[in-house]
Amino acid sequence: MLAIYKREVKAYLTSMLGYVFIALNLLLVGIYFTFYNLQYGYPYLDYTLSGVSFVFLVTTPILTMKVMADERRQKTDQLLLTAPITPGTIVAGKYLALVTIFLIPMAIICCYPLLLSSFGEVSLKMAYTALLGYFLSGCAYLALGMFLSSITESPVLAAVITFGACFLCYMASSLSSFISGTTFATYVALIAVAALVCLLIYSMTKSSVIAGLVFLLAVAVLTVCYFVGSSWMAGGIQRIIGAFDFMSPFNSFLNGILDLKSVLYYISAVAVCGCLTVQSVQKRRWS
Amino acid sequence: MIEVKNLVKRYGSHLAVDHLNFTVEKGQIYGFLGPNGAGKSTTMNIITGYIASTEGTVTVDGHDILEEPEAAKRCIGYLPEQPPLYMDMTVTEYLRFVAELKRIRKTERNEMLDHVMELTGIQDVKERVIKNLSKGYRQRVGLAQALVGMPEILILDEPTVGLDPKQMIEIRELIRSLGRDHTVILSSHILSEVSAVCDYIMIISKGKLVASDTPENLSRAMAGAQKLSLLVKGSTEKMETAFGMLTGISQYHCEQSEEDGVLRVELEAEPETDVREAVFFRMAEAGLPILEMKTTNMSLEDVFLELTEGEAVSDPEADSEVDFEADSEADPEADSGADPGAESADQEEGEE
Repeated sequence: MLAIYKREVKAYLTSMLGYVFIALNLLLVGIYFTFYNLQYGYPYLDYTLSGVSFVFLVTTPILTMKVMADERRQKTDQLLLTAPITPGTIVAGKYLALVTIFLIPMAIICCYPLLLSSFGEVSLKMAYTALLGYFLSGCAYLALGMFLSSITESPVLAAVITFGACFLCYMASSLSSFISGTTFATYVALIAVAALVCLLIYSMTKSSVIAGLVFLLAVAVLTVCYFVGSSWMAGGIQRIIGAFDFMSPFNSFLNGILDLKSVLYYISAVAVCGCLTVQSVQKRRWS
Repeated sequence: MIEVKNLVKRYGSHLAVDHLNFTVEKGQIYGFLGPNGAGKSTTMNIITGYIASTEGTVTVDGHDILEEPEAAKRCIGYLPEQPPLYMDMTVTEYLRFVAELKRIRKTERNEMLDHVMELTGIQDVKERVIKNLSKGYRQRVGLAQALVGMPEILILDEPTVGLDPKQMIEIRELIRSLGRDHTVILSSHILSEVSAVCDYIMIISKGKLVASDTPENLSRAMAGAQKLSLLVKGSTEKMETAFGMLTGISQYHCEQSEEDGVLRVELEAEPETDVREAVFFRMAEAGLPILEMKTTNMSLEDVFLELTEGEAVSDPEADSEVDFEADSEADPEADSGADPGAESADQEEGEE
């Protein structure tokens, strides 16, 4: 793992990508920091960080687009996968390298509260809680980007998909408010999801019988739920979309709350994306 | 060392590897031979654990590649078809990374790198970025990568592709010397290469193993009648009469060659007879000087064609249809036919 980690960090620091990522991060955070905190003398970082949280939409694809996709394109994955290490180790090494590169701008940003405190009273605890939230949400985006990079061979495509996915995660809470939360809406939406899943099953197995049966079973279960547990169904879509909402947990950090639930949310998001990446690497060997 | 049992790999409805069975013994050089798309690379990818098989098992040094992948992979050095190089690293950086990946001990690392760089002759480019290296050098760096850690088994997929003739010979020498204390499997569609380097040849066609034996045995087993190719100065009529009196020849064919007044004669002897002397004296008597005579009997090329195409060997159109013929343009040795290679291999093995 150490070998891969070292190689990745070095590769980012000898190519443009790493520096573009670091520079964009610093530039955008710097602008917001200058504007809110230095110009207006606002002593908290919450406005700054919530304003600048869109930065991940731009910077995540830059850093993660090549991480898995390029290995496949250059066929260097043959070296890694035939070496005496497990795919899990490869993914872990690569992810830690991504986080390490992210830690470079973070280290500089962490000096900002100290800079601010030389002008007056600043709650450092609150500032660093907010920065921890900022860091954790960044880690979650990076893990998401790494997974999406592993499903394609083209870095450009990976970047585009990653941007789209990050955007959805960023906007999830606003998007869910558009959608009706009634039991019936949930019922219809879940049937649509079941149909999509069955299409996927059909494309993988080429068996219309299995796909059809699964779909009928799903519809039956959903119908029973609709009539029996309608209270459970209400707001179901919101809850599902909420699972992809990367921003709400961040907001509790911004308010200076070190919320264990939010920390856990980000850690599990990283773990899920990491597992999916490993699976996607493994899957390719079997197809 | 390697045991492959009932190996099947399916890509959708396409059967890339079709119930392949073979065992590889220690300390030998094996050659996978087959036209493009025969399943050579797929088989190698499965043995090295890069892709998984649909059915069947691969056991490397007693370790199943799926059950104990790490132990199995530890004894294999693999050079894939396209060398897996990181373009933005220098040669030394890259090989050091590979050494770390293969968990070579820190104390042995530098020595190991120097050794493999010396073997593959890349010491004068070791500080250069791989991106800027020529194809031949990249291929050698790829080979060096496979050698790092000196694994017991070396699997090389078309190791001499893209090399110039001199490098090609060097690499073959290297492979042959490695074959003394390593087990080597190499694949190729160049016959002369396989017959020059390998102790044992496995011919694969459409995912199936169609023949496996030593190069000599293969050509011997397949050899039917002796065939001669002659360049003779003289006229067709004289030739006709001269040949009319020869016994032991089943068929012959004359045609004008590029030179003026020189005929190219292809003749086939009856089985189990050597007609070379008889032909020589007959021609001498008839006053027809022989400018060139060579036996073309059942080269590996013919064996290969017969096994992979299932068509008549003498059919000239069949030759041009086979993939490796087109590819052999890149191989200067193949131009002169597979025979010199086959012969030299015989000689070398005789010496050993």
